Amino acid sequence: MRHYSRLASLNYSISENFYPLGSCTMKYNPVANEAAAQLPGFAYLHPYQDQATAQGALELMHLLEAALCTVAGVDRVTLQPAAGAHGEWTALRMIQAYHQARGERRDQVLVPDSAHGTNPASAALCGFQVVEVRSGADGRISVADLESKLNQRVAALMLTNPNTLGLFEREILEVAEMVHATGAKLYYDGANLNALMGICRPGDMGFDAVHMNLHKTFTTPHGGGGPGAGPVGVKSDLEPFLPKPTIERRNGHFELDEERPHSIGRVRSFYGNFGMLVRAYTYILAMGGDGLAQASEDAVLAANYLRSRLQGVLDLPHDGPCMHEFVASARNLAEHGVKALDVAKGLLERGYYAPTVYFPLIVPEAVMVEPTETESKATLDAFADTVKEVADLARTDPQRLHAEPVSLPVGRLDEVAAARRPVLRWNAASESPTEAP
Amino acid sequence: MPYLVHAQEDRQAMLEALGAGSMDELLVDVPASLRLRRLDLAPGLSELETMARVRELAARNRVFDDRLTFRGGGVYRRFVPAAVGAVLSKPEFYTAYTPYQPEASQGTLQAIFEFQTLIAQLTGLDVANASLYDGATAVAEAAMMAVVHTGRPEVVVAPYLHPEYLEVLRCYAEGRGFQVRIGTDPGNDSAALVFQSPDFLGLIADGSQVTELAHAAGALAIACVDPISLALLAAPGEYGADIAVGEGQQLGLAPSYGGPHVGFIACRQELVRRLPGRLVGEAHDGQARRGYVLTLTAREQHIRREKATSNICTNHSLCALAASVYLTYMGPDGLRQVADVSYRRAHALADELSQLPEIELLHPDRPFFNEFPVRMKNVLHRLRAVEAEGILGGLPVARWYPELEDVAVFCCTELNDPDALAQLVAALRKTV
Repeated sequence: MRHYSRLASLNYSISENFYPLGSCTMKYNPVANEAAAQLPGFAYLHPYQDQATAQGALELMHLLEAALCTVAGVDRVTLQPAAGAHGEWTALRMIQAYHQARGERRDQVLVPDSAHGTNPASAALCGFQVVEVRSGADGRISVADLESKLNQRVAALMLTNPNTLGLFEREILEVAEMVHATGAKLYYDGANLNALMGICRPGDMGFDAVHMNLHKTFTTPHGGGGPGAGPVGVKSDLEPFLPKPTIERRNGHFELDEERPHSIGRVRSFYGNFGMLVRAYTYILAMGGDGLAQASEDAVLAANYLRSRLQGVLDLPHDGPCMHEFVASARNLAEHGVKALDVAKGLLERGYYAPTVYFPLIVPEAVMVEPTETESKATLDAFADTVKEVADLARTDPQRLHAEPVSLPVGRLDEVAAARRPVLRWNAASESPTEAP
Repeated sequence: MPYLVHAQEDRQAMLEALGAGSMDELLVDVPASLRLRRLDLAPGLSELETMARVRELAARNRVFDDRLTFRGGGVYRRFVPAAVGAVLSKPEFYTAYTPYQPEASQGTLQAIFEFQTLIAQLTGLDVANASLYDGATAVAEAAMMAVVHTGRPEVVVAPYLHPEYLEVLRCYAEGRGFQVRIGTDPGNDSAALVFQSPDFLGLIADGSQVTELAHAAGALAIACVDPISLALLAAPGEYGADIAVGEGQQLGLAPSYGGPHVGFIACRQELVRRLPGRLVGEAHDGQARRGYVLTLTAREQHIRREKATSNICTNHSLCALAASVYLTYMGPDGLRQVADVSYRRAHALADELSQLPEIELLHPDRPFFNEFPVRMKNVLHRLRAVEAEGILGGLPVARWYPELEDVAVFCCTELNDPDALAQLVAALRKTV
């Protein structure tokens, strides 16, 4: 235990302090969710028990599906995908099957240049050719560029809204109309859904398929890199293609439906990351509709407030208001030889986790901040003061900043050397005090 | 409302600082026609009410005593050392993000490095990654590695790979554009021969023979293995397999109605740059202190986008930590003991069952580890009868294999003590 307690002490976590990691929605993970998932009736349930003996689990999944349909404005949801990227791929497989069923061969997927890296990777995994759509000067998708790239070969446009700059795609209704006019489908990357609960719904915007990260919006813990869950919602015309099994209510009983002739098949074993579904449903029960709506409003308010506090400290390349996150740039510190990475390390040194840096790719020296709704105004103020302290240090003593962090378990690690001669496992034989660094 | 932290005055103060009169001014970019009036879900509940509601759902599931659970099929009841739960419930682990900032994430990074080491050792291969979602997607990822590595258009799968793993593989293959064929006869078009040992029926394959078949055709050998069985059986690396994958649920994770569990993948050194997902490597800081970082990221989606080896981002880190703690607490001797007891109990049960009238072992001559197929008339009726006595009997498999009507696969682990075996045998005898 001492070994693992020591390892735990080397970690920074949301349980300890503010975690302003943009695009990751690091909000409080309610401990009640953990207690719910550990109830013996859930934890020790075998997936191949007779369904009649698992009615509570099936009902929970049915109720969670209904709640997610309401939040996202879709007709059905599959709870199977294990993570956001897995959800993206599942949705694209459905869209692929939809076009094939109509006898159409569409081999391209459009992805904005501001998109998460998983978008093009998921499209490629489905065999699609990825075509990039440019962002305009206002940080939103260029409608003109989109128009030039839409044609009969396009299967789908993948879009995040608010986008990765934290900006709402104001022209979303026009975009949806353009995409649908060519017969393509509109896919919603739900990484940023925390901005929208109770405010508006992807389904109403015209999105045909929507993935949701239960480990972002619905507070299931990130676990140091998973497990998460990435349910996918669809409009009714994609429903026949949902992966197997779906959960159906028949004569007051809940059933796993495996008889789905048009289904894309199975995307993982059993019925998804059930334990994460229990946690998310527990959260939704506790929050209710009004609570979720207030959560999103508070997330938007916190991001705008923090953004305003950083005005003049870092560059803010796009006009506000923002939604639940914003992207600043450290390029104003470049003349002092200071980069976004240095700002990140300076924040680590001062007791905060760092914002996401160097993403999205379209902003140089990007510093992407997502405060979430579960941080107090006092925390936001203290963080803003610390960013200012780091920016001031960049001007007065950049050398010191370059050397940070100095008080963490390790200093900056040489990642280039690590990749050049990778050591990927413990090897007792190579352990010696004289080993070259 | 739970989990919301702002007093109304704080909200007001922040709006004022922004020079905004109301939230509507911050939401000005959302077209008015899209704005919702309210989110149509039930009102929120107190923690007391919330927990009562979820408890009620949990109570509508029937949980069988672990001693009396003889069903596996990829998910197993096993003894879990208390340390696993104690470590997993540390918020420093479970509430951290993917370790993007290594200086503040050494705990998670070292834990993953240890997982990679343990999986590499168990499988006898050079390198393992930080984890995948489950055994099924691990098979699919391995198959895609082989397709890219060899440039060949089909993957051959030996019979009785877990049927859900096969379905998942087909779903990935259809998207990616390669063929999946059942057989044990790879040819010039075959990127890999995938086989599971023990297979879905519990039977052990001759790993070196299958591997030779694959290599003779210039295909990779992909072994899907049960990690506990490797304490007794030869490791994939020993018989020359190129990639080993599997499901790690047995290493400290609860059944949890099928997930979250953890997939693992290990391979030979030459294939390391084709591995999907996260890899942790050793690194040093300016003072020559050792630490760990995410490495070889040029394979990954956040760097390479559509050219990445996989789309995986979030994986199953915390489940991998559970597996590490489990293996550490068990140690080689403990793991061998778990495997040995499971083996002996299963063989004792097979002997007992084969004595019963109307019940026969499907493959009396084939070696098995801790699961074995049994043929008995009216299998569903009999399983229901034992269920009425609180016993979760073997898994009927005809829904996947019509040729195996009346066949059930029984499983034993170290939790099925001799009394439990006797109870099952007695209950089955009554059905004769």
